[in-house]
Parts: sequence; C-alpha cells; structure tokens
Amino acid sequence: MHPFDYRLARSVDEVIATLASDGDRARVLCGGTDLLVQLREGRRSVDLVVDIKQIAELNALEYTPDDGLRLGAAVPCYKIAGDSTIARVYPGLVEAVGLIGGVQIQGRASVGGNLCNASPAADSIPALIVHRAVCAIAGPDGWRNLPVEQFCIAPGRTALRPGEILVAVLVPTPPPRSGAAYLRFTPRNEMDIAVAGAGAAVTLDPTGATFVSARVALGAVAPTPLLVQAAGDALIGRAVSEAALDEAAHLAQAAARPIDDVRGTVEQRIHLAGVLTRRALVRAIARARVSM
Amino acid sequence: MILGKVRVQTSINGEAVEFLCSPWQSLLEVLREDLGLTGAKEGCNNGNCGACNVLIDGVLVNSCLVLAAEVAGKAVTTIEGLATPDGLHPLQQAFLEHAALQCGFCTPGVLMAARALLEVNPHPSEEEIRHWMAGTLCRCTGYDKIVRAVLAAASVVEEVKR
Repeated sequence: MHPFDYRLARSVDEVIATLASDGDRARVLCGGTDLLVQLREGRRSVDLVVDIKQIAELNALEYTPDDGLRLGAAVPCYKIAGDSTIARVYPGLVEAVGLIGGVQIQGRASVGGNLCNASPAADSIPALIVHRAVCAIAGPDGWRNLPVEQFCIAPGRTALRPGEILVAVLVPTPPPRSGAAYLRFTPRNEMDIAVAGAGAAVTLDPTGATFVSARVALGAVAPTPLLVQAAGDALIGRAVSEAALDEAAHLAQAAARPIDDVRGTVEQRIHLAGVLTRRALVRAIARARVSM
Repeated sequence: MILGKVRVQTSINGEAVEFLCSPWQSLLEVLREDLGLTGAKEGCNNGNCGACNVLIDGVLVNSCLVLAAEVAGKAVTTIEGLATPDGLHPLQQAFLEHAALQCGFCTPGVLMAARALLEVNPHPSEEEIRHWMAGTLCRCTGYDKIVRAVLAAASVVEEVKR
C-alpha cells in the first residue's frame, strides 16, 4: 500500500483548498470503511487523506416539518438510525441505512460516503432517490445542488468536479399519506453487497386506495443506482391493485441492465428487480396507510 | 515526499495514552504492535470479521478500518478493559460457564460486540443477538453457545444493576 499522510480538516473551505491543490492525489476520509479497504488493496492510491469528520456543516442532523431533513455528509449511519424523529418520518431511509455493512461498519460509515463511493449496489441511494433527496455540494466555484439520482455517473465515479465535496443531503418532508421502503437481496444476513435492491415511495389519496404519486429506484442492476421514472409514473392515478404492482414491477425489470458477476447473473438480477420492486411498493403502501 | 510520524493523544481503557504512529497505520496495528494490547485480532483487515472489534466513544467499530491518528481526543475501549480489578465481567464469566469459545481467536471481538449490544439493548432476544453479531465471525463454535452465553449474561447484568 502506498504510504499516505493524514490531515484533519477544520472547515469546508480548507477541504476545498486542499483538494484543489492536491488534485487526485488527495481524497476525503470519512468513515474509512470503503476508502481504507481500497487503499490497502491497491485499488486506489493517494498521498493524502483529509479527515472531514469534525467539520460542523458535515455533521448536521436536523429535521423540521417545513424544511425536511438536512443530513450532513459525515454523519455516521448509527446516528441516523438512532434518531427517533428521523426513524418516525423516514422509516424507508432508516431501513436502507441499517442494511449498510453491519453494526461495526455503521459505527463509522456515513450516507455521504455511501454516495461518494458510488457503488452501483450502494444501499442508501435507491432510498434517497425515491425520497427525492438532493445533494448539497461545495467547491471552488461555490455551492450547487444536484438531485441524488444524478450524483453517481459510473461505478465508483460521481458528478463531483475537482475540488468539490458533498456537504449534506437534503431530504424533503414526505407529503401526508406517504410511505417508503427499501429492500435488497443478499446471500448473507449482513455484511454483504446487494445482488439487487429496490426502493419505493408512494403517496396515496385520502381513501388510501389510489396512488397520487409513486417513485421507484433500483440498485445493483446498472452501472449506477437507477431512478425508474416509468415505473412510478405508471402508478399515478391508478387504484392500488395487484395489476398496478405487476406493471410497476415489469417496468422496473425493463429498466434493469445488470451484469453477470460472482454475486449473481443477469437473469437472476432482472428477476429480483421485479420481485423487490413489488415488495418495496407493498411495504411503502402499508406504511402510507398506517400513517393515515 | 517522506512522511514523519503523527503524535496522538488519546484515552485507552480509561488511561491517558500518547503514541507516535505513521499516518497510514490502523488503530488495530498500533494497539497490537506498539501498545502491547494484543487482545484485538487481525482476522481479515477489511472490516468483514469483527476480530478487531473495539469501542470508540462507546461505539462498536472495526479497529482495522480506523486510522490510529483518528482516535486523537477519543476514548478507546478494548477487550483488556472489560474485566475490572473486582473480577471478570458477567459476559466473560458466562462465556466460561457456557463454553462459548474454542480456539478463542474471535473471542475478544465477540465479547466486545456483546458488551456493546448489552449497553444499547439490555434484554436482547436471540434474533437480536444474532443480527447484532452478524459482523463478528466465529469458525469454531457455530455461534449457539455464544448466543446462550450472551442471553445468560444479560440477565446477570440486569441483576447487578439492580
């Protein structure tokens, strides 16, 4: 492993300046649960890691009904899952976060890191997509927002420009009569990478029998997590029914473009995309109805 | 560029500790090689097996995935801090009574994970124990006696608190 230096950053500006000057020989260090493994395995090589865990803006964990959730990029998973307000308002998100690695990983890993690592199988990202989350990014040219579904552009690559860092993820407050869920398929119970994952969010009408809106996202079946616009759109205005769920599941399968690898085949992953989309929708609908 | 050492001031098992380390060294490596705290084990060095489990500010983590430099100003707890001068922790006692170890290589990590669980959930069910411990592997025991020992210790810990 190539030796590297360690620096503790005190501000967003300091991180931006360091990344801008050190180019691709420096990398942000947050939980370290992806980066340190990659550095040890020689998949990445850096001269410097910049520890961002003590920067105030990256540790925000704030929710108000008006503004939604501001989730700092450095907040470790266990803090998100352990916040009773967030668990109540965003059970689908907490569900996804609780699947990342296992207990020890969640003691260090962050949703921000899960996004920036940009694995096609990242567990938090389909859940964030269906919640309409937005990435708040800071860089040498200032701040910008980017919808989560546009953040990952290829396996391991994000839309961050040189010198930019992810500061926070902004998750809107779900409308009334909404529910969301994330499910994945793995061979082990924990500590595994999703073979396929599906997130779903729905909003129902006051009778609970009709979809007002729906959003479906898939993980591990494409080079990046996928927003399946067609699957959600197909449900708008429709009655909640087996036929509606079947159609959404088929549209999700049509959008999936997985590869064969050690964890699964193309055929299995496409099959799972349909099954998991259906189950995620069922769970989201149940949560929406419970909230009514 | 040739890198020098980082000076780290931290607390380990309640004791103030200062050490020098290379920036890229893991906490696991420094505990074992420089501080004589060989309880934490290297099973995989990539966060999969839990043999290196420690607590940092009370939170269970893989010490192989923490740089030693990152524990500056933190409170680290290792397996060496589980027993007290008064004797073994109820978990350790239960592990002996229930034969919850064979080769013992995973045992420090298993005990640290179990300790962390009982801190957040004093009355775990069997399912909750297995789920929590899923990131801590054992090749010898098949986990059954580990789970029984944790269940037994949980009731003792409650007694002691009362």
